Amino acid sequence: MQAKIYESARYLPFGDSALVIEFGEVISLEANQKVIALNQAVSKANIIGVEETVPTYRSLLIRYNPLKITYEQLVFQIKDIEKNLNKLAAETEGRRIVVPVVYGGTYGPDLGFVARYHGITEEMVVKLHSEKEYRVYMIGFVAGFPYLGEVPDEIATPRLETPRLKVPAGSVGIAEKQTGIYPCEAPGGWRIIGRTPLKLFNPLQHPPALLRPGDTVKFKPISESEFKTNEGAILKGRMETCL
Amino acid sequence: MHVFQVLKPGLFTTVQDMGRFGYLKYGVPISGAMDSFSLIAANLLTENSPTDACLEITLIGPELKALTKTYIAVTGGDAEPKINGKNVPMWQTLQLQEGDIISFGKMKSGCRAYISIKGGINTPLMLGSRSTYVRGGFGGINGRQLKAGDIIEGFATPPLKTEYLMPEELIPQYTGKFTVHVVLGPQADMFTENGITTFLSNPYKVTSEADRMGYRLEGPSIEHKAKADIVSDALLLGAIQVPKNGKPILIMRDAQTTGGYPKIAVATTPDISLLGQAKPNDAIEFFKITMQLSHEKTKAYYRLLNNLGAMLIKRPY
Repeated sequence: MQAKIYESARYLPFGDSALVIEFGEVISLEANQKVIALNQAVSKANIIGVEETVPTYRSLLIRYNPLKITYEQLVFQIKDIEKNLNKLAAETEGRRIVVPVVYGGTYGPDLGFVARYHGITEEMVVKLHSEKEYRVYMIGFVAGFPYLGEVPDEIATPRLETPRLKVPAGSVGIAEKQTGIYPCEAPGGWRIIGRTPLKLFNPLQHPPALLRPGDTVKFKPISESEFKTNEGAILKGRMETCL
Repeated sequence: MHVFQVLKPGLFTTVQDMGRFGYLKYGVPISGAMDSFSLIAANLLTENSPTDACLEITLIGPELKALTKTYIAVTGGDAEPKINGKNVPMWQTLQLQEGDIISFGKMKSGCRAYISIKGGINTPLMLGSRSTYVRGGFGGINGRQLKAGDIIEGFATPPLKTEYLMPEELIPQYTGKFTVHVVLGPQADMFTENGITTFLSNPYKVTSEADRMGYRLEGPSIEHKAKADIVSDALLLGAIQVPKNGKPILIMRDAQTTGGYPKIAVATTPDISLLGQAKPNDAIEFFKITMQLSHEKTKAYYRLLNNLGAMLIKRPY
């Protein structure tokens, strides 16, 4: 199967309690915009029997209660919503969030590798990574982990061959053309180039995740001392986000 | 109200309820009891709401000291519960006096057992649930498994006037061989006809890499048509994904919410609960059914759960 957007969305059963609507088999702005627009329209429609939705790069999963709605009824209603998607304002504007990052050193142990891999300086990697605005394509992997894209080809780097057992919370990494932020300590194979003091996930807040699919993220290089000041402030609960 | 002091934590004991719903989009898994049928039964046997939080024990049970007079029930895998060293039955109400010690023998069948406490376990609600999500570090007791010295809190409730027993015919038997009904898809079209046949006609063994996130299975390799990677999409409880090596991975309650391997099939709802009792070296056979039949089985299962309270045998104390 070649990477592509389908001519029409595929409706696929996911067991007896979920439906998947696939728009393509590709990481693309177009496919993701369709996912987010459909997600918003389905959420607004308040269909009886729909329990929750999960937007991803290129598909929307809808978890439903088979006691309250049949698969056929659900597909019928979603197709009706999808048909009218283009007429609706395609997508509510996402928010723009600045994420401060201290690059390199112990905070970004793979910055040197990324630079050598592409034959450029570390400063250039930082410049390229922080110059661009990234779309939040989806949240997944661990609670609050944003999949952001896409980084310039000049810094796109394959994952580690052997994943680390522990990547510290706040670590900013690159995996091929994706970049992402670890909200909590977790095992992981992304190339870690820096760390943010921002808290991306807090189960005591509503919503618990700082970022949402469709948001725009821009990284801002900061110094180690700024990192420590911010980190201290966040730990004391004075600074929650950088909106 | 202090109900138990943990003397020994057991292998992996956590607080679980029916799970955390509505947060998959934030990357938060559903969590909750691996065998939800047994959790519901334990709650009903102590006159709790069916969805109250219980202790989920894994293979080796804890040792707990009762700090007050209370009622409990133990359900799920046969964990040989004992009060003050004396064997007591599972699947029925048990009365504990202050100072009583509850302990467990060897898990003789199944993998997990549930201990309900009358009134339910009282830990803070995190995103609408008391379930422990260890990887995320929240829920239950400080987001972790039990450790010695922990105090289990409950809610003050009046004493029971009736004891309850689960009718023999409703107690599941865990033989170590599981027949799991599946609906093919969502990405079954990425496998060859041979691959699907292999998947449906061979038993797969649960490996030692089996925990609340999922089970890696060992058996004949399932053949993909071409590539074995997809652009990551949503994962859900019961999904069976197959990476490049052809060995299936069964997704369970604490799994990550997205993944990049194609999913060949998804287990039917009642069988997912049963799979919570599968342990390393157990065998799983997959049996294909239509989505329609899967819905019928699921509806019948929900009907059973709704009627379970009324089906219990009652004896006045």
